[in-house]
Amino acid sequence: MSAILSIQDLTKTYAGGFTALKKINLEIQRGEIFALLGPNGAGKTTLINIICGIVNPTSGAAFVNGHNIVSEFRASRAIVGLVPQELPVDAFASVLKTVNYSRGLFGKSANPDYIEKLLRSLSLWDKKDARIIELSGGMKRRVLIAKALSHEPELLFLDEPTAGVDVELRQDMWNVVSSLKKDGVTVILTTHYIEEAEEMADRVGVINGGEIILVQEKARLMQELGRKQMTLNLIENLSEIPPGLEEYELELANHGAELVYTYSTNENRTGITALLGALQKAGVHFSDLTTSQSSLEEIFVDLVKRPA
Amino acid sequence: MNLQAVKAIYRAEMARMFRTVVQSIIAPVLSTSLYFVIFGSAIGSRIAEIDGVSYGAFIVPGLIMMSIMTESISNSSFAIYFPRFTGTFYEVLSAPVSYIEVMLGFVGAAATKSIIIGSIIFITANFFVSIELAHPFVALLFLVLISFAFCLFGFILGVWADGWEKLTIVPVLVIMPLTFLGGTFYSISMLPAIWQKISLLNPLVYLISGFRWSFYENADVSIALSLAITVGFLLICLLLVRWIFKTGYRIRT
Repeated sequence: MSAILSIQDLTKTYAGGFTALKKINLEIQRGEIFALLGPNGAGKTTLINIICGIVNPTSGAAFVNGHNIVSEFRASRAIVGLVPQELPVDAFASVLKTVNYSRGLFGKSANPDYIEKLLRSLSLWDKKDARIIELSGGMKRRVLIAKALSHEPELLFLDEPTAGVDVELRQDMWNVVSSLKKDGVTVILTTHYIEEAEEMADRVGVINGGEIILVQEKARLMQELGRKQMTLNLIENLSEIPPGLEEYELELANHGAELVYTYSTNENRTGITALLGALQKAGVHFSDLTTSQSSLEEIFVDLVKRPA
Repeated sequence: MNLQAVKAIYRAEMARMFRTVVQSIIAPVLSTSLYFVIFGSAIGSRIAEIDGVSYGAFIVPGLIMMSIMTESISNSSFAIYFPRFTGTFYEVLSAPVSYIEVMLGFVGAAATKSIIIGSIIFITANFFVSIELAHPFVALLFLVLISFAFCLFGFILGVWADGWEKLTIVPVLVIMPLTFLGGTFYSISMLPAIWQKISLLNPLVYLISGFRWSFYENADVSIALSLAITVGFLLICLLLVRWIFKTGYRIRT
């Protein structure tokens, strides 16, 4: 795969002196789905807005398909689509007209067949003549997605695309993204719903305080940073960890009714067999056991809470 | 050049005008027609001719100018300010378009509206007063140049404004008084000498005078000077719009 987006030492300091991005370096490969995660104010939207031409960078450079976003803005912007975080739509225009407007703005001639297919895929075809003011928030979000896809972009930014939308639209969105991936479109997604990133992303980037603190393949990230926990339901409650079990760093939970063992998925030996033997030796008996793996959300929270 | 984008912006803006046809066309035509009725037919019949032209006919070029200046500023400033206010301008900023294409789309549509309004007022005026049009091509040239210049000025105003109040301050507190004092309803030669000199500091005098010359060959200042000031104003506005897009002033943070 080749890089469709290359960001080099990109910095943004706003007029008020706030530095939103600090020397960001990032490469996005063609055809991948990249989830950019970060808390509010981390710099996600600023980064997207710079690539799309809405915000001026202070220093550094970015290239879309090899084209500099400032000096070759026509070539770079022509293949980029953006679904913004807010719902900025022309309230009095019809769905079809506003989507056709977006296509024209990006220099593409009319293609009624493509637009019909696009609107049908987003369940908007029945509403094509409705004025946007008459649509619900979820439908407006669909219109924004249709506008962003109207010019058949190769690189699509989805900035919090499912914020405040219902389950049905979120599912539709995931279907659209899967279909775009099949067509070779690169998708960069920012989201607060980490399950969304967990479901869709090939790679995950975490941004915090204007700095990229981690870029990793999702599966590897979850393997490397993910932890597993084994919970034992005890037959008799314990008031403290019995002697001889210190090396396992066990924790008591549920008022002493459960014993929790945390282990890494990244190591060859989990220590479970040895622990079970030690428990038997210490006279600790259990009626059941369950295991759980930390989610991407837990990994993300752990990462952004780490001291710099 | 991204001609598709120019077409898309132009069509969207013209569609907006037709969605609000009463506000965009009928209202300015009606209000200007009232001037013809009051100052042209009612009061005008009791006022002596000015430079051999009946008062009703004399005020026609000035009224057309006044209307296209205010409408150009209003249409163009609103066309830019509204998408900035609602946030939809992000799409234009993220599109592969240069300032020339954005300007041709937005300003071209706003200027078209002004030219349509100016033409309707001219046709309407014919029902109230007898008008001569000595130099129709010069009149058309002034109409087009002034429409574009004031639409560009409105564009700048729409970018500069950070609230609805600022959008109306300049047209109401600056343009309207300058238009009234710029010879719309009188020839500045009718003023005392000192006020004639002061009036020459008003740039709108030159625009109105040039346009009136194309009707009756009467002018307060030379036609060449009128044309030069019109073109100069257009170029200054064009350079300012270029600077806005180059620096991102108030449109790109």
